[in-house]
This record gives sequence, structure tokens and C-alpha cells, in this order.
Amino acid sequence: MASIEVRTAVTINRSPHDVYSAWRALENIPRFMRHIESISQAGERRSHWVARGPAGLRLSWDAEIVADQEGELIAWRSLPGADVENHGLVRFKPAPGDRGTEVHALIRYRLPGGVLGQALGNVFNQGAGRLIQGDLRRFKQLMEAGEISTTEGQPSGRQREREHGR
Amino acid sequence: MKAVCWIAPNTVRVQQVPDPALLNPRDAIIRVTLTAICGSDLHLYDGYIPAMLPGDILGHEFVGEVVEVGREVNNLKIGDRVIVPFPISCGNCFFCRRDLWSLCDNSNPNAAMAEELWGYSPAGIYGYSQILGGYAGGQAEYVRVPFADAGPLKIPDGMSDEQVVLLTDVLPTGYQAAEFCDIRPGDSVAVWGCGPVGQAAIKSAALLGAERVIAIDRFEERLQMAREWSGAETLNYAEVDVIDALKELTGGRGPDACIDAAGMEAHDFGLEGVYDRAKQALCLETGRPHALRQAIIACRKGGVISVPGVYGSFIDKVPMGAAFNKGLTLRMGQTHVQRYLRPLLERIQRGEIDPSFIITHRMRLDDAPHGYEIFKHKQDECVKVVLRP
Repeated sequence: MASIEVRTAVTINRSPHDVYSAWRALENIPRFMRHIESISQAGERRSHWVARGPAGLRLSWDAEIVADQEGELIAWRSLPGADVENHGLVRFKPAPGDRGTEVHALIRYRLPGGVLGQALGNVFNQGAGRLIQGDLRRFKQLMEAGEISTTEGQPSGRQREREHGR
Repeated sequence: MKAVCWIAPNTVRVQQVPDPALLNPRDAIIRVTLTAICGSDLHLYDGYIPAMLPGDILGHEFVGEVVEVGREVNNLKIGDRVIVPFPISCGNCFFCRRDLWSLCDNSNPNAAMAEELWGYSPAGIYGYSQILGGYAGGQAEYVRVPFADAGPLKIPDGMSDEQVVLLTDVLPTGYQAAEFCDIRPGDSVAVWGCGPVGQAAIKSAALLGAERVIAIDRFEERLQMAREWSGAETLNYAEVDVIDALKELTGGRGPDACIDAAGMEAHDFGLEGVYDRAKQALCLETGRPHALRQAIIACRKGGVISVPGVYGSFIDKVPMGAAFNKGLTLRMGQTHVQRYLRPLLERIQRGEIDPSFIITHRMRLDDAPHGYEIFKHKQDECVKVVLRP
């Protein structure tokens, strides 16, 4: 089984408490993690995750929070039976000189064997790091700007041609 | 609605496209009442900014009337007339809070592309390539304005669109370039490029107390504008050796500050220009930094090089040795328009400056392709085109 590790960091112009709380309230996560479809809470520390995988695949796993320090860190791991085994640690540190909070994320995935593992491997090898960086960027936008910047749904001269084609 | 779409290098077309809609809670929709073609739009027109897609709506200089607001926009109401700064900025991040609006962390949906090229992403800009967000621009009947609660400024009653449209970019850009020069009594400031931004920089340098402003271009009508409106001295670089002439004009010292308002497509008649054009055509170099090179050589020791002219990626043969050994300070970047809007609006109201002197051509939005063409080729003494949708 292949294992992939992603480490990345972002600084968010809010207090560690605010940033921690927003992450810990898991319901926010699908807003900034593009590949996560839903998270349902199954107890104080347990949750059920559903993700969109490559080629329309749907992946799911149960996760458990294994460390939780208010305003400082959250660590989790997937429980046995996960489509993709994963565990991770997110630390929240005050950034120097009133710069808000440094969010340091460390996530490890273990890909399953077989066709699914191969398909996932292709996606992950193309940039699991970038995927997670994009997620953290959107989390920052949500925390600082209150919304995620987008152009999806705006007009362009390309639409006209498509519409005429219909 | 109608919009000016980039189709290919040297081709823009006015097309029917869908109307914009609110996409985020802090958005507003503006009915554009006046928009302008910027010198930096010519870099897109000429095809020197990568990552334009056919069909992208152009335009980052526009004013208009609010017709719709998102639920988080509490400072604007329908019917307000507004000036919209060209950088799209959230108002809350590290950079916006430090008045560095064009470096906003949160407004570029394509930030990953910009990071690939530049390490970190600046703010998104309307109609200025996919790298800067791929936002639909304002050379259109309507435009969506993100973070409408943070950027746009209401136009005071009694002021015309023409008086304020250049506050969206040109005037603050020229002003920031002059402010970068840290002008002190007795200073001489030389300005390469007498297009709209150059004219604004020349005027601003004079307003900020420069003893002398020396304007450099090859088009007589532009040099004349600099003399008439700002009292500048002028040099036609097609006729004189600029570096020698500047040395003599400044008593052998060199200008205290040099402004490159030409940017990546500067022209030159000599061999050096041929070298750069060839490399640019072969994509070995994406800019022809002739003005920048001259500015660095001409500047006095310990002086400032201020660069409002746009650069996209790589340039060759920048005389770094001259910059280093003369202890120069280089200052540059997209303009923090939001920082300058109010003070410059007040200067306009007090009659200290009327930037509309730069506008030479007034057209309908439908005539945009003609506007791009004459602006690019400086035909008909064109300095600045505004379009009325």
C-alpha cells in the first residue's frame, strides 16, 4: 500500500480560538474542502465522511478525533474499514506581530490496493499537496473575507457560442 | 447584455453575453455608465499577457450605478453611483489592513496559477487574464463587483463620470508612482512614457512638489500634453540621446527619481530593441524593458526607480550592477487604488487636478474594436479612449 504525506501551512488573520473553532465545527469543512461531499457527526469525537473520488467514485470512512486542544490542535484518524485510510494533525499557532494564526496541517493517506488504489494514486500523485493547499486557501478566504472567491456562473463570450449550439 | 470580449491577439469583439448575477453575499451588480481602455489592456490586446481565454470580457476601469446588492452589502443601495477600484480586495486580510489592496490574499480564485509563476498571488483584477482571477471585466453594460462593501466609493452629487472614471486606475497609478519617489524640495523627476499613466505621474510629481518634471516620449502630441497640463520639460527620445540629455538638464547629477510608465512593451529604435523584440517574439523574454534599463542608468546615485508600468514575467539584461552600485531603490507594483480614492477625489473637488484632460476619444461601447486599434497605433493623436455603454 502506497502512503502519501502532505504538509502545508497558511496564516489566517483571525485569532487561534476563532480558527480552531471554525475547523472543529466540522459542518464548515465541506464548504472549503472541494472533494468532501458531506460530514455527519456520530458522537462527540466520531464522524462519518463522504468524499468525491476520481471517475465519479464515492469514498467514505469513519473518523475519530484522537487529540483536541482548544485553540491549539486537532488530530484525527480514520477507523478500520475506511476506503482511504488517513490520519492528520492540524496545529494552530499565534503568528508573530498580530498576523493572526498559523495553521499547520500534516495529513497522511494510505491508498488501498487494486484498481481503486491505482486510480486514487494517479490523482494524489498529481498533487495531493495542491489539493490540500487549495482547501486551506478556501478556509482562509472563508475566515477572513467571509466567502470563497469565485467566478463560477459569471458571463463570458464563450457562453454565447455554447447557447447557440444548443 | 453587450460586452467587449477578447478573442485573440489583436482581435476584440463586442458580443451579446448573459447578464451577470450575484454569486457571493458581498457582491453587487453595477450598470456601467462609463468605462475606459487602459494602456495595460493593450498588453492583453497585443497578446503579451499569458492565460487570456477567447471570450474573456475585458475592462478594469469603469464607473456606474448600483442595480443589485448581495445580502452582506450594507453600505450601498440601488441607484448609488460608484467608482470601482480595479484591484478586487477583501478589506480584511493582512495586506488590505495595511493598505496594500492590490496584494489582497483572498480575491484570486486562480491563486494557484499565480503562485506557480510568481510565488504568491496578488489580488484579482477585473478582465485581466486567468492568472489574475479570470474575472469578467467592465467594458460591458453590466458587471459583477465582488467585495462591494469594501472597495467602491460613492460619486458625490454633481460630479460627472468623466471627472471620476480615471480614479479607477490611471490617476491613482500615476500618483502612487510619484509618491514612491519620495519627492523633496529641489528634486527632478524623469518620466518614461507619456500615455495616460505617464501623464498622471507627471501631474502628480508636480503636485507633490518636484522642482522639475522631465517627460520622455516619441509622440509630439503626448509631449505637448505634458507641457501644457503639468508644466513638464520634454525629451523626444527619437531625436535625442535620453541619458545624455537628462545628465545635462540636471547639471550632471541625473534625475533624483525615474518613473517607468512604459512597462513591458517599451519601444526603442536601436539594436537593443531589435534584440528584445526578437526574443519576445520567440517567447524567450516576455518584456522589452528598454525604459527600465535607461531609467536605471540615468538615475542619480541613491535615487528611486518607480515602476507603474506593467511587467508580466521575465525580462533580460536589467543593469543590476548599476542599480546596486548606485544604491538605487526600486519600487513597483499594481496600484493600491482604495488607498488613494478619497484623497484624490478631494483633490479633484478642490480643483487641484482634473484628470479628464487625459481623455482624447469618446466612443460608444460598440466602437471598442476601433478604440483598441487607434489606441494601440497612437492614431488620431489618441491618448485615452472612454466608452459609453
